[in-house]
Amino acid sequence: MKSQEKLVEGVLLLLALSAIASLALITIFIFLEGFPLILHTGLQKFILSSHWAPTRGHFGILAMIISSILVTLGAMVLGVPFGLACAIILAEFSPPRLTRILKPTLELLAGIPSVVYGFLGVIWLVPLIRTYLGGPGLSLLTGAIILGIMVLPTVISISIDALTAVPDMYRQGSIALGATHWQTVQRVVLPAARSGIITAIILGMGRAIGETMAVIMVAGNALQIPRSLLDPVRTLTSNIALELGYAAGRHREALFATGIVLFVMIMILNLTATFLARRR
Amino acid sequence: MDMVGESSPEIIKIKNLNLYYGDFQALQDINATFKAHNITALIGPSGCGKSTLLRCLNRMNDLIDGVSITGEVFISGQDIYNKGVDLTQLRKRVGMVFQRPNPFPLSVFDNVVYGPRLHGRHSHQELKEILERSLGAVHLFEELKDRLSANALTLSEEQQQRLCIARLVAVEPEILLMDEPCSALDPLATLRIEELMAELKKDYTIIIVTHNMQQAARVSDDTGFMYLGELMEFGPTPQIFTRPQNPMTEDYITGKYG
Ligand SMILES: Nc1ncnc2c1ncn2[C@@H]1O[C@H](COP(=O)(O)OP(=O)(O)O)[C@@H](O)[C@H]1O
Ligand SMILES: [Mg+2]
Repeated sequence: MKSQEKLVEGVLLLLALSAIASLALITIFIFLEGFPLILHTGLQKFILSSHWAPTRGHFGILAMIISSILVTLGAMVLGVPFGLACAIILAEFSPPRLTRILKPTLELLAGIPSVVYGFLGVIWLVPLIRTYLGGPGLSLLTGAIILGIMVLPTVISISIDALTAVPDMYRQGSIALGATHWQTVQRVVLPAARSGIITAIILGMGRAIGETMAVIMVAGNALQIPRSLLDPVRTLTSNIALELGYAAGRHREALFATGIVLFVMIMILNLTATFLARRR
Repeated sequence: MDMVGESSPEIIKIKNLNLYYGDFQALQDINATFKAHNITALIGPSGCGKSTLLRCLNRMNDLIDGVSITGEVFISGQDIYNKGVDLTQLRKRVGMVFQRPNPFPLSVFDNVVYGPRLHGRHSHQELKEILERSLGAVHLFEELKDRLSANALTLSEEQQQRLCIARLVAVEPEILLMDEPCSALDPLATLRIEELMAELKKDYTIIIVTHNMQQAARVSDDTGFMYLGELMEFGPTPQIFTRPQNPMTEDYITGKYG
């Protein structure tokens, strides 16, 4: 009995360690592969130039950084108001039974493969935008809309958790002072849930900035700093996925270096989220 | 139907009040009259319906699913269970202090002026006056005047409970309902809150739920003894504590059960 338990414990520990080790190895690998290029080109040139011509030795990713940030911000501008409204309705104004059914259903949406979202975007959204707003249809705006939809499950689910974590005694105190339900939500519940809601938004941003497939399919992938919402753009993740297949040498290193930049951006977002979640 | 007259000191009149949580009857045919500018204590063993009765007076039971109520509750002559009653106005007139201090996780300032803002007061000058008057009424102004922007959750439990009372005073209610307001406080803080209640009596009618019989005897003018959802006895506090009419009241105050 005792020895059996020891065995199980040992196996679990081994599995856990190898999982962590493989993650650590991947991180180290990305840095080892990408870092030499940053040293060679110089960090400043790498991230502050938008001249990307790998065959001629120009590795500037500024256009892609800007595109990634714009697509992500666009997704947030569209996704956060809808997501937050949805979370408020579900957490505060619907029967708890309905919320218990709808929340897992919404979370299921996060499990739909991104290629499906991309496909829907190409079939429905791209022609709509091309017809009614102009341009090629494959654009910054299209990418932002699709990503805005894709971040909804994250934003809604975590916001609902933040809202339901607000103790009922605050609501009662407010109602007992003559506040309506909506006034209570607006003036007490939302401020009390603020850090959780910020966490939801930041994790949604992380999801948007890392998304690749759907963006490749709908954003047009043109290597440029966009001048309008209807211009096609290529994000950091798109570029890696599009070029990794044939990249070699410095070019390959540059793609890994792009990975490092993404890694750092997402790390900063997650640390901010953790920090805000801990602050009460 | 005998309405409570303008000049009458009777401010609350409860008639044949029954309350059910689903199938469970938590209040049985309650009849009582509460006098203005009095402190009335509700005592009785845990689970006898004291909090439930208190919540009938500002209709906080309406928030609980499956509650049904029959009977009438008149406040200043108006049946608060009538259809057209404005709950916002009712709760402005009948404020409530909870068992656990529940200041909002906002600044001291925002807590105190929460009610006035709800009810449409916005000018900074006016809010500052309300703040000073309300914090003054609970003897917190001197203590907190330099910490008005501090989060209310950083205050001590006693300060928090005082702040919750100040928050009510700020909306100028007529009646203060207090549900075991001292149960989270130490004995000294409890005594100080009791002193505060005695002061507030001149401006407000206070109804306090307590399971602490000494407290009821110390602070109240009238006392009601409840048992299993019934109001067994109601009368002047000295009489309830020295010459109870109901043997069950006597058993309770002499500590035979509860
Ligand atoms: N929300 C509720 N749902 C169902 N039953 C309740 C609810 N609140 C209180 N009760 C029941 O009603 C009775 C009276 O409760 P309460 O008024 O809280 O008593 P007290 O304040 O005297 O301790 C108890 O039996 C309690 O279990
Ligand atoms: Mg109680």
